[in-house]
Amino acid sequence: MAELELTGAEIVIRCLHAEGVEYVFGYPGGAVLNIYDEIYKQKGFTHVLVRHEQAAVHAADAYSRSTGKVGVALVTSGPGATNAVTGIATAYMDSIPMVVITGQVPTAAIGQDAFQEVDTVGITRPCVKHNFLVKDVKDIAPTIKKAFYIAATGRPGPVVVDIPKDITQHACAFDYPEAISLRSYNPTSKGHAGQIKRAAQMLLEAKRPVIYAGGGVVLGNASAALTEMARELGYPVTSTLMGLGGYKANDPLSLGMLGMHGTYEANMAMQHCDVLIAVGARFDDRVIGNPKHFAKEARRIIHIDIDPSSISKRVKVDVPIVGDVGQVLEEMNRLLKVGNERADQAALKAWWAQIELWRAQDCLKYDRGTDKIKPQYVVEKLYEITKGEAFVTSDVGQHQMWAAQYYKFDQPRRWINSGGLGTMGVGLPYAMGVQLAHPDAMVACITGEGSIQMNIQELSTCKEYKLPLKIILLNNGYLGMVRQWQEFFYEERYAESYVASLPDFAKLAEAYGHVGMRIEKPEEVEPALRRAFTEHKEQLVFMNFITDPRENVYPMIPAGKGLSEMILV
Amino acid sequence: MRHIISVLMENEAGALSRVAGLFSARGYNIESLTVAPTEDATLSRMTIVTRGSNEVIEQITKQLNKLIDVIKMQDLSDGEHIERELMLVKVRAASGEQREEMKRLADIFRGRVIDVADKTYTIELTGPGSKLDAFLDALEPGAILETVRTGASGIGRGDRMLKI
Ligand SMILES: Cc1ncc(C[n+]2csc(CCOP(=O)(O)OP(=O)(O)O)c2C)c(N)n1
Repeated sequence: MAELELTGAEIVIRCLHAEGVEYVFGYPGGAVLNIYDEIYKQKGFTHVLVRHEQAAVHAADAYSRSTGKVGVALVTSGPGATNAVTGIATAYMDSIPMVVITGQVPTAAIGQDAFQEVDTVGITRPCVKHNFLVKDVKDIAPTIKKAFYIAATGRPGPVVVDIPKDITQHACAFDYPEAISLRSYNPTSKGHAGQIKRAAQMLLEAKRPVIYAGGGVVLGNASAALTEMARELGYPVTSTLMGLGGYKANDPLSLGMLGMHGTYEANMAMQHCDVLIAVGARFDDRVIGNPKHFAKEARRIIHIDIDPSSISKRVKVDVPIVGDVGQVLEEMNRLLKVGNERADQAALKAWWAQIELWRAQDCLKYDRGTDKIKPQYVVEKLYEITKGEAFVTSDVGQHQMWAAQYYKFDQPRRWINSGGLGTMGVGLPYAMGVQLAHPDAMVACITGEGSIQMNIQELSTCKEYKLPLKIILLNNGYLGMVRQWQEFFYEERYAESYVASLPDFAKLAEAYGHVGMRIEKPEEVEPALRRAFTEHKEQLVFMNFITDPRENVYPMIPAGKGLSEMILV
Repeated sequence: MRHIISVLMENEAGALSRVAGLFSARGYNIESLTVAPTEDATLSRMTIVTRGSNEVIEQITKQLNKLIDVIKMQDLSDGEHIERELMLVKVRAASGEQREEMKRLADIFRGRVIDVADKTYTIELTGPGSKLDAFLDALEPGAILETVRTGASGIGRGDRMLKI
């Protein structure tokens, strides 16, 4: 009996169905027309038509960040693929599992400088976990299977599958592999038992402990295990920008965010602790500042990470543990519970007393008595009105830091931003991906007038898919973060950081079919936000808050300085 | 410190560029790199000679292991090993005296004359890199017309093996 043969394009669709894909974010073009023709005929997933390929990839990325599932994007060859690169690199830097399918010119045309040909595999190689060029229709199914597997396991990351057009026309029998194993890829998940024991012992010996939690806690779904450990020991916890929500921000043990714009208490505790446990974090330059300054104080370091290459890269550690952070923490919690040893309580009490002194600095205070809208105030009000239950996406700049500092995240996967690459323009597409994944949730995008204009065309996509996002534009008229650096480090020479001729954002939003508001006075802030979340619950509301143009983000550690060298307000 | 690293990887298109790209993107230096399929045609074996502090070498090792196509690797410099490199040198050999001298030098270094022309000899020499250097040093600078070297290949001694 002759087996039923499917075309490559049909196989692509079948594979996505088999993976349980809900949404494909994409944009059509010549090289992917066969695939789009099959999308037209299917009902298994929803295709979301963006207005720019960069946004497709960001939306897929945010879908993944907010759900933990693999995000999927589909773009055409040439310019479709190059437009996708920023999105791919953004996901790569933050270890987000994603599969990006790119069309390619027909096999026979590869290397001929054909119309819309680029070397997608070559261009994306440095910013993907792995990539593939499919050269035979029979390879489509196993390659897509591998792509999902590689993207989601170990340290997650984006995988690109480049498919030439003729391959989508060829036919073969379809068989989606149930499971896949690769002899060259076997990520470790279980940590080394001996090392975990040493780490538990070291934790109990601590007199001035700190738990430093990174994005790995969120990505590794280790929030509950981390919370259990911190509560069991009574140790202070600080989170990186990517780790926010991994530990409840309102908990008394929380010191808030650390790093360049971290709190005084978090950075001081980090610098002066004697035992540090880093969980799914990587000691990057925005977190510990200058590693030489960091190394001035002696401390013992435990580092848990899924990626061996993150360990001892910037800071030498004493107890490295390679493994899934959740599994390792659970094992450590078990050891801490069965042993009847307790940490030195007197020392811990003294340490907390010191931390309280640092806390008393109240480093996040700001001037509340002016007639200008303070950006921090807007974020605080947003937090109050949404009761901390919204998903918050942000772009990159001052507003991103204020969002991180003043919205107290108490659940993982609620704070969606580009930490590693720092990509302006992610905020709106991120909010789209999140809202589609969580149709009933409140989704707010905190942005700047520079960033929002980098993907503002997506307001059109939001209309098409009826996404009731709440866009909180903290409009200071400047590329604020750039202006802040120029004020501090370039003697107030504001080179090209003032954005003249801004559009009337409220009208612009209305032109796209949404609700627009302009808010100029502090007393209008709260009512505007309330209306947005009640009266206009079902609509996209674009709130243009005219904020104090001179406001800066504090505390700040200047680049290259040490953790205890903060500029305070 | 100089390190010689052996890598077993899937014999896939693009595998070499992943390794080369990794070294250039992260600023690691490559003194030489050789690659060819093994007795198992699905596998390629690469030998990389690099230099770096212990921390850099540790990162190189971890980053190589992270490449999806890399199956196994070994830092040969961690133990007993053998290194060999092949060199072809074209030398001036016009007069009888020059021809005799070249033949004599080649013999001393256990090289072979593999091409003889009116005015030149081409000599083939294998050995550790230092031996090839020594041979070049022994030649008068004006005598060397062309040199090509393969870069080192390495293998562990005795029971030390890199296999899957
Ligand atoms: C794509 C991109 N280009 C440039 C930068 C550099 N950059 C970082 S913050 C910033 C200013 C952002 O301005 P805005 O969006 O208005 O936010 P604000 O800082 O004023 O809150 C710039 C230009 C970047 N991060 N991303």
